[in-house]
Amino acid sequence: MIPQGGSGSGRYNLAIETRGLTKHFGRQVAVDGVDLAVPPGSVFGFLGPNGSGKTTTIRMLLGLAAASAGTVSLLGMEMPGRFRDVLPRVGALVEGPAFYPFLSGAANLSRLDAAGRSTVPATRKGRVDRALERVGLSHAAGKKVHAYSLGMKQRLGIANALLARRDLLVLDEPTNGLDPQGTREVRNLVRSLAHDGATVFVSSHLLAEVEQMCTHAAIMSAGRLVAQGPLAELRRAGSARIRLLTPDAGQARSVLAGLGLAAEAGGSQPDGEVLLASLSAAGDGRLPEDVVGQLVAGGVRVRGFAVERESLEDRFVALTGEGFDVAQ
Amino acid sequence: MPAEVPGTAAPAVREARESASSLMLSELRVLFGRRRTWALLLALAAIPVLIAIAVRVSSAVPPGRGPAFLDRISQNGLFVAFTAMLVSVPLFLPLTVGVVAGDTIAGEANLGTLRYLLVAPAGRVRLLLVKYAGALAFCIVAPLTVGLAGAAIGAALFPVGPVTLLSGDVIQPPEAAVRILLIAAYLAVSLAGLSAVGLFLSTLTVVPVGAMAATVVVSVVSQVLDQLPQLEWLHPWLFSHYWFGFGDMLRQPLLWDSFTSNALLQGGYIAVFGALAYGRFVTRDILS
Repeated sequence: MIPQGGSGSGRYNLAIETRGLTKHFGRQVAVDGVDLAVPPGSVFGFLGPNGSGKTTTIRMLLGLAAASAGTVSLLGMEMPGRFRDVLPRVGALVEGPAFYPFLSGAANLSRLDAAGRSTVPATRKGRVDRALERVGLSHAAGKKVHAYSLGMKQRLGIANALLARRDLLVLDEPTNGLDPQGTREVRNLVRSLAHDGATVFVSSHLLAEVEQMCTHAAIMSAGRLVAQGPLAELRRAGSARIRLLTPDAGQARSVLAGLGLAAEAGGSQPDGEVLLASLSAAGDGRLPEDVVGQLVAGGVRVRGFAVERESLEDRFVALTGEGFDVAQ
Repeated sequence: MPAEVPGTAAPAVREARESASSLMLSELRVLFGRRRTWALLLALAAIPVLIAIAVRVSSAVPPGRGPAFLDRISQNGLFVAFTAMLVSVPLFLPLTVGVVAGDTIAGEANLGTLRYLLVAPAGRVRLLLVKYAGALAFCIVAPLTVGLAGAAIGAALFPVGPVTLLSGDVIQPPEAAVRILLIAAYLAVSLAGLSAVGLFLSTLTVVPVGAMAATVVVSVVSQVLDQLPQLEWLHPWLFSHYWFGFGDMLRQPLLWDSFTSNALLQGGYIAVFGALAYGRFVTRDILS
């Protein structure tokens, strides 16, 4: 069953949907034909190395930058055309927090809340206090922001996204600058927001973070979307392979070939040869125990057998390239 | 369909109006709450104070030397206000207005708060209007500060009496106070066009100092061009053309010609540069 978002007015099948979203800066293509599909109620990780176009995509989602081509729809409504109806229901943290250093934390939130078209002044103070409490900043509410640490500013930025009840939260690198404890609090916060029915779109370059809190993910590389889907599916798409240790390498190869598995040498050890074969290459989900059964039946002495599944990190690196070379 | 329940619409309308005005209130609070604005206003207030003290400690000013009205200060303290307003027209007022108007959009972009205001969502047109209204508020407060500080320090250091106008008529101090307010209003109108130029320049950059400096330079250039007789055809179109026309506020009866011409000219600048600012800002990518 496809979960549907929105209660009462305006139901939608996807919280965020982009089609062919493209952004040029002069000759350079920053975002290239991105088709995002973020299901309602998901915690959606938006992964990619630095410079892969994540923030530019987010700017286009929120109407801060105009798309060179393609369309964006948030909560079932066209952006930026319907920003008046959409944005009050969206909380955002974009490319780090930004505040008036000469105002207190609470005054900053009041100011940004007052900027909204449909916010109710009568409830402002209460909402500001609650948002500050939610990120653990109540004690520093009256302090000027220039006296805040990086982590406190980050929390204040998250508090700003939580000023009103939101159906969608777009959080760009929400744990930047936070200590491990703060990171954990943000993870819990994201979970509780999702539990309350909001869709949370989190960009990150930290895989571990995404693996811990997200239900879905998309991977960007050099401006293109190279993978997206439920986290479990993304992991599964990463091939699993078997690792076999046997002294009967030649015989094992022929048995594996009979099963449709191409074995490659993985080096030799004192008690035999190591053979590697990709399981998913066989197509119709061959089970590891079947492979072992066939090998033994074929007279192969199996001295070691393991199934190695690619971690999301292997997959991420496979998709986006390794090292510090930022994809161009 | 259920009929509209009477009474439910009213609070909704009131709420909408409250929220529409709350960004304006917030803008004024931020503008006049920050230390920089106070420093600018204090600097402006220092002009009449310096003039008054200089006249007080020195011997009598020979008539006809120095800025107009200077020689009259020792007889009547209210002339400190007139002198100070006259002295601050060419540079000090445009300087402070340039700082405020140049900061409007570029300052928010530089802090990064622009993206959060727009995501709030403030609406680009609404934000631009509120920002310009804030700059206008400063245009009103700035000359008023000079005039009121001048009247206060003048009254403190010198005798206050009837004021002889440029037309030769004599008015009593209460009416002279009204004239000070009228001149402040004249100067506020005079600075409205420059503010619109500053607003436009502010939409072009994310470096507020650049927009501020450019605005001040524009005001100086306009005044220099206004001095060149070769460019006489251009003079009526320069926004600084009527800046010194406030002498008409010191005649009896009041002459409104220069006030009206000035207001029309400033209105033209507001329309042109407001449109340019709008054209630039509504399509601009906010990447800061």
